[in-house]
Amino acid sequence: MSTFLGMPDAGAPATVSGVGRPDDPLHWGATFPDAARTALADEQLRRNLGNATSTIRAKRARVVGEVPDWEALRDAGSALKTDVMTRLPELLEELERNVTARGGVVHWARDAAEANRIVAGIVRAKETDEVVKVKSMATQEIGLNEALAEEGVAAVETDLAELIVQLADDMPSHILVPAIHRNRTEIRDIFLERMADAPPDLTDVPRELAMAARAHLRRKFLSAKVAVSGANFAVADTGTLAVVESEGNGRMCLTLPETLVTVMGIEKLVPTFDDLEVFLQLLPRSSTGERMNPYTSLWTGVTPGDGPQEFHLVLLDNGRTKVLADEAGRSALHCIRCSACLNVCPVYERVGGHAYGSVYPGPIGAILTPQLTGEKSDLPYASTLCGACYQVCPVKIDIPSILVELRAREVELSGAAPDTADRVWQAAMKAASYAMADGGRFRRAARLPRALRAIARHGVIRRLPFPGSLWTRSRDLPEPPRQTFHDWWAARERRAGTRQEGER
Amino acid sequence: MSDARTEVLARVREALGRGTDAAPAPAVVPRGYRPAGEHAPGSEPVLELLVDRLVDYRAHVHRVAGAEVADVVARLVEEVRTVAAADADDSHRAAARPAPGSVVVPDGLDRAWLAGLSGDDVRADARDEPLTATELDGACAVVTAARVAVAETGTIVLDAEPDQGRRAISLVPDVHVCVVRTDQVVQTVPEAVRLLGEHPGRPQTWISGPSATSDIELDRVEGVHGPRTLHVLLVS
Repeated sequence: MSTFLGMPDAGAPATVSGVGRPDDPLHWGATFPDAARTALADEQLRRNLGNATSTIRAKRARVVGEVPDWEALRDAGSALKTDVMTRLPELLEELERNVTARGGVVHWARDAAEANRIVAGIVRAKETDEVVKVKSMATQEIGLNEALAEEGVAAVETDLAELIVQLADDMPSHILVPAIHRNRTEIRDIFLERMADAPPDLTDVPRELAMAARAHLRRKFLSAKVAVSGANFAVADTGTLAVVESEGNGRMCLTLPETLVTVMGIEKLVPTFDDLEVFLQLLPRSSTGERMNPYTSLWTGVTPGDGPQEFHLVLLDNGRTKVLADEAGRSALHCIRCSACLNVCPVYERVGGHAYGSVYPGPIGAILTPQLTGEKSDLPYASTLCGACYQVCPVKIDIPSILVELRAREVELSGAAPDTADRVWQAAMKAASYAMADGGRFRRAARLPRALRAIARHGVIRRLPFPGSLWTRSRDLPEPPRQTFHDWWAARERRAGTRQEGER
Repeated sequence: MSDARTEVLARVREALGRGTDAAPAPAVVPRGYRPAGEHAPGSEPVLELLVDRLVDYRAHVHRVAGAEVADVVARLVEEVRTVAAADADDSHRAAARPAPGSVVVPDGLDRAWLAGLSGDDVRADARDEPLTATELDGACAVVTAARVAVAETGTIVLDAEPDQGRRAISLVPDVHVCVVRTDQVVQTVPEAVRLLGEHPGRPQTWISGPSATSDIELDRVEGVHGPRTLHVLLVS
């Protein structure tokens, strides 16, 4: 046994295995405070996360900044999603009609188990024991791979990061870059140990690793009979489905096999084909920080002679109607899974995705997960309510307000803020900021911004000196008030003694 | 117990507090965003923008006159073959590189563009006479036309018509040579979507540079499963 000195040693046995595959993809692992504590103690993880989130943040800020009508696009995206929710029954029926008219088969699934049964049935009928998969949040949410494995069918993830996660028996830790918690040496070790056809002299250069995955998967693409995908958008008025990706693994799955099964949450609709002009501008820039992702595929039912000749669309509820029933939290369904909110979140940046114990981590996960499951959850406390997530959301989901609403309900249910909630809140605060973890430091820190009024212009601060620059790099800061709440309260209490009117 | 479709739709209606009454009218969506760019399709500023974006994605751009297309296609294919042959000698790389093979074209492609190639080198693909995936894997390159290109995002869209072919042919070969006419280049995404919306049922592939991944420490690697090299011939 070698002594661990804090630096990865190429000769040491690799920690290849991940956290394992949970029974419930929406509720697994340790509680948030415990998982956060473990994550915060893992310097390698924090370094990986810090590098990754700051890189994507900077890329996003640059490409969003060059779009003159970005706010108008956000307004349109938000209004379109609100319209979709209002007319959801009719739009779903319209989508079904159009997909069916073009030779597709539409299935409906009330929950995960029903969706898994439908997919397994289709795969069994094709008499194959292997399917290729495009990265998809919906199929992760329902645990499709595990369900297919029980039926003797291997579901092969073909997105590079998902392949890494799958080979390591791990869980994704980020919506967009699921292996964000792994560095290149770990990935090489995972390939050498778990990928039978990996070249034995594989190095940890990303290009070589990507080429090893290419060679490994190409054989599977060329021979697969069935592919399973998710969908980024479904157009009600034409029946068109859209998948947005980078590597070409999506195109392989959507094009080469004879049969395609797409599993899609019922909220993924857009009303008309033209509406894609809004979302295909919002999504790539918010997500990967690119002007456009390398590949987007659009297909409508079956096209004779081109691509899969059998197409199944599974429309999934699995708790979405519960979210829809909640007027305050309904807009969580507007999410287009860009993951911009993860990258700007001071809590996510420090604790990573696994601490949330759900396939939906970060700010959006903290509102979506408890609403989907309808179970008591402490995730709404896993936030400092700093508001950065709302600022970057391409469809303007007011995540902080929904978090506050969900917290209020937890308190109502239990009569008082439960201990666990308090522990989660503390863990989030600790992750986000040393200063915020202590009342005295918080008060002193809170007074500091008054000094910043001097550098505000038109009520907005665009650039703070370091370390504040880390904050203003991706957002503006409103001009701070003249007085902090703490100071106002203290003054009010003092004046109450002399019956003076409180200052506004 | 009702069937899943009935039950899911009933749940949705109940969640919205609605019975089976008529749907509300579509909302008026604020569309304050730009429906089109300030430059005309095919104008010089738009073309320059497209080239800038494509180069940023590390695509190779060739601005050519119509009469030059055949020569440039022939030269690019020759280059591909030379590289592939050299790689085949390097056993370590051989597994990841195709051996020198034929050039795949959709059967509706302008044959004048192929005048510089020997007929034996070219294999036409059509919906009713498709090449197999394995045959495509053995090809060294594919040449296609395009439907529309978006300058601001560096995007080329194929819509699977006879001059662009089945989706698989522009995917499996390792080199994609795409011929775009300058009058097909628009400035913004909405302009392209309106044009594509005339035939929304056609399968579309939006291509913005060669395939890429940033999954390993966000270190960008160009060329994963799709073509690792993209040549764009911008033809005036």
